[in-house]
Amino acid sequence: MIEIDVRGFACPIPVIKTKKAMESNPDKPLTVIVESSVSKENVTRLAKSKGYAVKDQGESLLLEPNTP
Amino acid sequence: MTFFSKGRMIFAGLAVGIIAALMNVLGNPANMGVCIACFYRDITGALGFHRAAVVQYLRPEIMGIALGAFIAALLFGDFRARGGSASLVRFLLGAFVMIGSLAFLGCPVRALLRLAGGDLNGITALLGIVAGALVGIYFLKNGFNLGRAEKTYTPAGWLMPVIMFGLLLLAIGVPKFIFVSESGPGAAHAPIIISLLAGLIIGFLAQRTRMCFVGGWRDLFLVKDSYLFGGIAAFLVGAFLINAITGNINFGFEGQPVAHANHLWNFLGMALTGLAATLLGGCPLRQTIMASEGDIDSGITIMGMIAGAACSHNFMLASSPEGPGEFGPVAVIIGLIFACAVGLLMKENINWTVSKTSKNISH
Repeated sequence: MIEIDVRGFACPIPVIKTKKAMESNPDKPLTVIVESSVSKENVTRLAKSKGYAVKDQGESLLLEPNTP
Repeated sequence: MTFFSKGRMIFAGLAVGIIAALMNVLGNPANMGVCIACFYRDITGALGFHRAAVVQYLRPEIMGIALGAFIAALLFGDFRARGGSASLVRFLLGAFVMIGSLAFLGCPVRALLRLAGGDLNGITALLGIVAGALVGIYFLKNGFNLGRAEKTYTPAGWLMPVIMFGLLLLAIGVPKFIFVSESGPGAAHAPIIISLLAGLIIGFLAQRTRMCFVGGWRDLFLVKDSYLFGGIAAFLVGAFLINAITGNINFGFEGQPVAHANHLWNFLGMALTGLAATLLGGCPLRQTIMASEGDIDSGITIMGMIAGAACSHNFMLASSPEGPGEFGPVAVIIGLIFACAVGLLMKENINWTVSKTSKNISH
């Protein structure tokens, strides 16, 4: 599992880090460790726009690519 | 996702635009409404940190915005004390956000308000903001960031709201040491209770929606996400509607209220503001909101903006209706160099902590 820790970063850094991880690991699930609700919302919006299903696991978000 | 739907953002943008334009009618300086940079500059003057006699007034809108955001953050569980990310860099970037804004005579909020009043220099300013944001995006894509913030003591996070409450008390009581403009923009203001209420509503809405007048452009180009941009567009429409109804639209570049038409320095001033705000993660309004959510890095940024306002007027940097200040262009160029250096050098893939010559030092 690919894990990205974006705790402590203000927007838009969490979104950029997640986007980079998506680009270098296409079609793989990602775990994004995130603490603020703003970052959670921003990463969720990005993931949905990139075709990922998003599961909120409390301390982290699980992003799973939607199978076509 | 309740408060993050685009519909809510557009509602909030419209509401804030309408309130801002109404503030022009209710006594605030023309096309200034709730200019965040201008109002911090007025507060800086009221405290005597600069002595430009025409721009000194404790603007209750700012304290209202901060306290409205603080109430919203507490109510909705968004208050988290945090900080410790490149404080001095943030302080200086905040100062340059202000220096750039005062070269144009307005922050990203007032750029829209000026445009909504027919001041076409607002277009030059928006082009500057977008140019600055694009340079910032280039740095962001290449690994720039100011580093992680850490959780900190809750009382530290309360400091900015407490300072804002203190400023509000000073605005109400006006003790002898507070400066109050007798003429000029600083003397034009709505009744204190109306200013405060307007600020409270704006602060509440901006906290709930994360409204940001630089972030909107950034997200549009960086991730093709139009959520924040929706707020900017709606704000412009709301302000334009009110100005149309109240007959406050006068199209043109020349002779606009509290404005000059030097295109080069309007553009470069706002490019500096757009770039510095992109590196900081938000415009002056957003910094004010985040400072109320317990982000002491944003609190430091606000202190930097106040220092920048003091420098602007003490060192003849700030523009006036006659044009840029004598040393304004030099300061804007220094700011652009500083911001670019920050963007280029503060990158994760540059490892500053490991010395190539010493084997024993590791990070």
